[in-house]
Amino acid sequence: MIEFLEQLFSAGSIVQLAVLAGMIASISFGVVGTYVVARRISYIAAAIAHSVLGGIGGAVWLQHQLGWEWFHPMLGAVIAAIASALVIGWVSLYWKEREDTIISAVWSVGMSSGFLFLYFTPGFKGNLESFLLGNILYISTTDVWIMLLLGAIVVGLSIFFYNQLMAVCFDDEFARLRGVNVTVFFFMLLIVTGLSVVLLVQLAGIILAIALIVLPAATGLQVTRKLWHAMVVAVGLAMVFTSGGVGLSYVKELPAGPSIILLAATGYFGVLFWKKLSKR
Amino acid sequence: MASALSFNNVNFRYAENYVLRDVSFGVEEGVCSCVIGPNGGGKTTLLKLALGILKPETGDIRIFDHRPHIGCKLIGYVPQHMQFDPKFPVTALEVVLMGRLDRLPWWGRFCDEDRDAAMASLAEVGLKDRCDSPFAQMSGGQKQRVLIARALATEPRLLLLDEPTANIDLSVEEQFLETLRSLPEKMTILMVSHDLGLVERLTEAVLCVNRNVHHHKVSDLDGHTLREIYSGELRKEHFEHHHDDD
Repeated sequence: MIEFLEQLFSAGSIVQLAVLAGMIASISFGVVGTYVVARRISYIAAAIAHSVLGGIGGAVWLQHQLGWEWFHPMLGAVIAAIASALVIGWVSLYWKEREDTIISAVWSVGMSSGFLFLYFTPGFKGNLESFLLGNILYISTTDVWIMLLLGAIVVGLSIFFYNQLMAVCFDDEFARLRGVNVTVFFFMLLIVTGLSVVLLVQLAGIILAIALIVLPAATGLQVTRKLWHAMVVAVGLAMVFTSGGVGLSYVKELPAGPSIILLAATGYFGVLFWKKLSKR
Repeated sequence: MASALSFNNVNFRYAENYVLRDVSFGVEEGVCSCVIGPNGGGKTTLLKLALGILKPETGDIRIFDHRPHIGCKLIGYVPQHMQFDPKFPVTALEVVLMGRLDRLPWWGRFCDEDRDAAMASLAEVGLKDRCDSPFAQMSGGQKQRVLIARALATEPRLLLLDEPTANIDLSVEEQFLETLRSLPEKMTILMVSHDLGLVERLTEAVLCVNRNVHHHKVSDLDGHTLREIYSGELRKEHFEHHHDDD
């Protein structure tokens, strides 16, 4: 424990970078996750999260096969996240009766194409598991800068358009009558959700990403009455969960991603249980 | 007198069968009218056409001489409170402020003027002291009044209400009537309702919608005839329900 704290405060250490990355990403999860949970689109967010593997696989393949060294897996992930957000958003708005089918299709096509791209990449030495489950302790300074940039975009949009996004989540029909471009804001919500997932890939991996977006927000919404209050609580909780998870994984030598998620789940179910008890 | 809302030879269908066929009518400005008719007769479709959410196949719809996509800004729309997520974290004041969204400045935060207007609307429906209450925890009647306040905050010339007394306690209904009566005289009101008491006590005109629309003045109808129309409609509705079940 003392060793962990020493590491935490020594400049540029792995632990310090990991905790810093977790803090930055937590701001996005808390803010975006609250919209996602309030609008009840966590299954859409999950599909976007899984489809990100297609972009990562594609980027790795292009790097090896065509020598496009600049095509960073994170760039592939961003492209895949935006593309699947656009497809799902379009279906959700204009082809409602097929929504669940298309969401499942985007989900599995993204993952399958990712696996195939990695299969066809000769000498792929990266660790597939680190994309799926995350590897926060291998985070580099460059990764932190990319996360900072993405996080700033996500949080900036979410806060600047707070009133419009809230109205679209609450009652899109009425918002449209008041001249709000509902279509644009719905797509914006899906795209910032996708970008938040990309932020998470390094931290918790694709499979666990969705839990870290949903659980702190769902916990925050249990204990607050306003959307932005829930956001503040969710950001705080996400920070506690990510740093706690990193600490746990360092001290007990556990994988970081699953530790973070289990902490978050404990928090969520704890609050749920406590609320049920206090109601009696 | 000028028409607040007019339909001219409007046809509309979702699939093969027409929901509204050759519909023409006008709602006079300043009049309180009620839309009645069997379920599936096209009442909601009529509202959605007026709001510009649906587009007619043929025919012309005007709101104060504007086409619906422009005219809808003059409409204060009150949907049924049952359609909302019962857990959405939003306060009464925040819901009412959504009525001011078209006045939102570019920096995305409401001005004091909008907050004052929203508070005034809440005061009009008698919920000023509940402005910070969570919408989710309010009773059906209170939610309905918050939604009316939201519509009033848009400073509408035409108020459209979709079954405002559905799922509301009888005791609250009286309060609701008071709220509507206290609105400025000049406001045109059009509501869908199954509530005979409401029609008799509040409205001056009745639109019977069952694929076609017939326009009646309540003053031309005595209570008996009105009841006849209504029970006729209701019986029909009852019959159709049974028919569906078979």
